[in-house]
Amino acid sequence: MMTEPEHSDLALPPEITRMRRLAIMPAYNEEGSIGAVIDEIRAFDPNIEIVVVDDGSADRTSKIARSRGVHVVTLPFNLGIGAAMQTGFRFARANDFDLAVQIDADGQHDPSELPAVLAPLLAGEADFVVGSRFTGDPAFRSSFTRRLGIHLFAVVVSAIAHQRLTDTTSGFRAVNRRGIALFAADYPHDYPEVETTVMVIKHRLRVKEVPVRMRERAAGRSSITALRSVYYIFKVLLALFVDLFRPSDAPAEDA
Amino acid sequence: MTPFKVTIIASFVAAVILGIVFELIRRRRLRERYALIWVVTGVVLLVLALWRRGLNTVAGWMGVKTYPPSVFFAAILLFVLVLLLHFSIVLSRLSDQNTTLAQRLALFETDVLEREQKKDADEEPG
Repeated sequence: MMTEPEHSDLALPPEITRMRRLAIMPAYNEEGSIGAVIDEIRAFDPNIEIVVVDDGSADRTSKIARSRGVHVVTLPFNLGIGAAMQTGFRFARANDFDLAVQIDADGQHDPSELPAVLAPLLAGEADFVVGSRFTGDPAFRSSFTRRLGIHLFAVVVSAIAHQRLTDTTSGFRAVNRRGIALFAADYPHDYPEVETTVMVIKHRLRVKEVPVRMRERAAGRSSITALRSVYYIFKVLLALFVDLFRPSDAPAEDA
Repeated sequence: MTPFKVTIIASFVAAVILGIVFELIRRRRLRERYALIWVVTGVVLLVLALWRRGLNTVAGWMGVKTYPPSVFFAAILLFVLVLLLHFSIVLSRLSDQNTTLAQRLALFETDVLEREQKKDADEEPG
């Protein structure tokens, strides 16, 4: 079903092309951007497989994605980003992928940053890589509340991790098999980014941040408003606090 | 002494609650564990309605002398709070299970669809 254009993996190191790699794209009403984002990823890396997890969209998201010949998992109703991402990781585990990278369907994540995000996994330096907007990208702009929240989480999570992390809310992230197995088994519900970072640390997976540039959304609107930012901050802090009192989890089994 | 009329009304209300609970159980609209909670609640209400001095007696045991009904209100409040907490737990579990079901269904659907497409592609070469 995959119709791949003739294209050389120019910017990708050869180690990457030997890995079975999956781009997980959670999408909720993203008909305006999803086609272009898929095309762009394909143009950059024709052999990456893409799974679009349509989280109960009311628009033509699934239809457009399917017409591009990618894997499409259509959830029967909206489950939220956490459950949608977990669906993607379950797909990755069931289909035996080596690497999985989360790419947002709104066009924020630049596929040309893929090698940077995947490199630490290939080098065996990390099991979980986050594309950070703060290590070396002064152009990144966001609202005051969001920046406050992001920095607050960075401080808290860095303390838990005993490692300096600058951007725990970034959605541009990649995992190897260990990460896929962990996330397929367990994934937080809403606003999962910070919690997954802590989860990964608790399971003694290695975390690494790489600097990436992010773009403006191609279409649609961010789901994060000022009021939700406040809820986000408290919800995540509560989750992190409760997590401290949980028994230390065993390392994830290799699937 | 409270008027006799109140006893009749209170007993009637308690009896109606018990009747509704019984009917719900009969139609299998209530799971056994909830049925038990509500039957006990109904019986307690009925006992308190019929046994007029009961509330004062119970309040006396607990050392409440000024306003015996406060014991009743406190008990009801606690009961409702515990019940609500229980429902939150049940609701959380149900929504987790619902999520898992939705995920599995969607993945299964994708798998079936892709197998069919692959079969179609294999059957029509070129």
